[in-house]
Amino acid sequence: MEKIDCIFLRQPVSDRLPLFKGMAYYLIKKFITLLILLFLVSITVYSVLFLLPGDPAQIILGINATPETLENLRSELGLNKSFWHQYADWMINLISGRGNRSINYDMPVYELIVSRLSVTGPLALMAILFAVAISIPLGVYAARHQNKKGDLGVMFFTQLGLATPEFWLGILLILLFSVHWGIFSAGGFPGWSVDFWGSVKSLLLPSFALGVIRASILTRLTRSSMLDVLCEDYVRTARAKGLKERTVIYVHALRNALIPVLTILGLQLGQLMAGAIIIENVYYLPGLGRLVFQAIGQRDLPVVREVVLFMAVAVVVVNFIVDLIYASIDPRMRLQKM
Amino acid sequence: MNHLLEVDNLHVQFDTPQGPASAVDGASFHISHGETLGLVGESGCGKTVTSLSILGLIPSPPGYIKADRILFKGRNLLNLSSEDVRKIRGREIAMIFQEPMTSLNPVLPIGRQVAEPLIAHKGISKAKAFKEAIKWLDYVKIPEARKRLYDYPHQLSGGMRQRIMIAMAMVCHPQLLIADEPTTALDVTIQAQILSLIAGLKEELNMSVLLITHDLGVVAQMADRVLVMYAGEIVEEADVMSLYDRPFHPYTEGLLRSMPILDKQIGDKLHRLTEISGIAPCTTGLTQGCKFADRCPFAFPLCSEKRPELLEVKDGQRARCWLRDYPEKRRHHD
Repeated sequence: MEKIDCIFLRQPVSDRLPLFKGMAYYLIKKFITLLILLFLVSITVYSVLFLLPGDPAQIILGINATPETLENLRSELGLNKSFWHQYADWMINLISGRGNRSINYDMPVYELIVSRLSVTGPLALMAILFAVAISIPLGVYAARHQNKKGDLGVMFFTQLGLATPEFWLGILLILLFSVHWGIFSAGGFPGWSVDFWGSVKSLLLPSFALGVIRASILTRLTRSSMLDVLCEDYVRTARAKGLKERTVIYVHALRNALIPVLTILGLQLGQLMAGAIIIENVYYLPGLGRLVFQAIGQRDLPVVREVVLFMAVAVVVVNFIVDLIYASIDPRMRLQKM
Repeated sequence: MNHLLEVDNLHVQFDTPQGPASAVDGASFHISHGETLGLVGESGCGKTVTSLSILGLIPSPPGYIKADRILFKGRNLLNLSSEDVRKIRGREIAMIFQEPMTSLNPVLPIGRQVAEPLIAHKGISKAKAFKEAIKWLDYVKIPEARKRLYDYPHQLSGGMRQRIMIAMAMVCHPQLLIADEPTTALDVTIQAQILSLIAGLKEELNMSVLLITHDLGVVAQMADRVLVMYAGEIVEEADVMSLYDRPFHPYTEGLLRSMPILDKQIGDKLHRLTEISGIAPCTTGLTQGCKFADRCPFAFPLCSEKRPELLEVKDGQRARCWLRDYPEKRRHHD
């Protein structure tokens, strides 16, 4: 027998190559799909907003504006041009990096998005963290105690969670933690550079409200997925090998059970990145959801268009990341997808 | 006598919507050191359940094990804590399953799966365990074992996966190997390889084997002694030569007669395979008499009234059949 050292425990690079070779092809494929998708989304968004009643010039200048000033502003904003002309202008601005300006804020839209994303991004991630931290242990626990008291309790509370609207939970949390105990502020966001921990703190309640609701679905999913996996032959094999129950559950079973859970988790994260409109309004958070909500009211069309486009990108990118995680959890996916 | 494994009066019941079903109904047997015991019977007769209950792998609920004792090396497995039973599993008693396709974890590399029992039982380092795993993968003739460590089960063929299962079962040098239909899912040439692999390992390590199968050919080739199971009961026990020479129980006889004989088929084109008429009984109800009575060609009134016991019919050969006391009832029609 040849000498074997510890290096051997790591996967040799030569064995890893097929994965990366396949990965490059996969990435290119995904990227092209993304471009096509963005084109379709941009056309749809543009035409829908084009047909939307309400004249941006009228809204900007108010009802007392004279027809001449209105006409001037319209031509300044390019509103008199044809649909395709306007669309082309918008696209050229977008791609060339010159950017489109918000009518209302008078600043480039992408700067607005970036600044609002610094609230929505952490909010979404914290919500998902809460959801995962609650749902995985609870789901595994419920599956292991199927039809016993603990399981019934978990099922009861997740049912409750499914039936609870998140804004209502948000308001209840404010009542308890802010009004009653006074531990958290009832809303608002100090800004990362002003007060880092204060900012984290102000995101805790809303992200918890978002996370708990999402954890309800994930818990049930983890439970049922785990119940399926626990009946699999390889779990029996793991037990027959005399592995500790903890290893059987968390290494052999959970890894397999996580695959369907991940799908839903990805969808939820994508959705959250697009902005939690209601919760951001309940907590007065200057996030993407609030931005687009207000922009629609003010007919700030450049903002609406780009935020919607960004949301599409966010969903696609998150799904792409989920695909990558799939491949790292389940080696069979590496072959199938590429 | 000091046997390696002694099972006394094993009962296994399952809760079903139709009421409790008894999968194993009072099975008693033993395995000596270095012996290969064959356990044969048709599908659903309780072979697998018997083997799983030795290791305490019957999920409960819905399954319930009751036995006078299951002695392994003088320790009653039924009285041990689940932690102590876990320490025996995989280290002293190892098991190979029927379905190599689904018995390996699809998301873990095979090297890790083979090394796992060593890490769990011997507390040795990962590096050492992997080294040992390579040794065993080599032994079961996995080509380029070292490269294969990081392969996943889906990259291997059925025969290869069963070899991996064997390597995984052997890493801790168990004294008893339970092989539950190890070749059923494989094609014939691979079957022969796997069987000779198990036989070779058994010789080399002086291990005992409990070989579960419905293939009488496999039993003839491998076993020293054979148990025939029918509807949760052991109906006949004999050493392999006696069983094939002069089966006592009509069920055993029927099983042997339903084996295809190749020469005969070539000579006589219209030769049809004999089968045992009827179907295996339902396990939920209680039967008074012999469970095989409905299908037995020699059945007489007593058979459906009183249950026969498993008693010696000739030296070392035991059968559960009233023909032992009433040999005149056995008449062959052909």
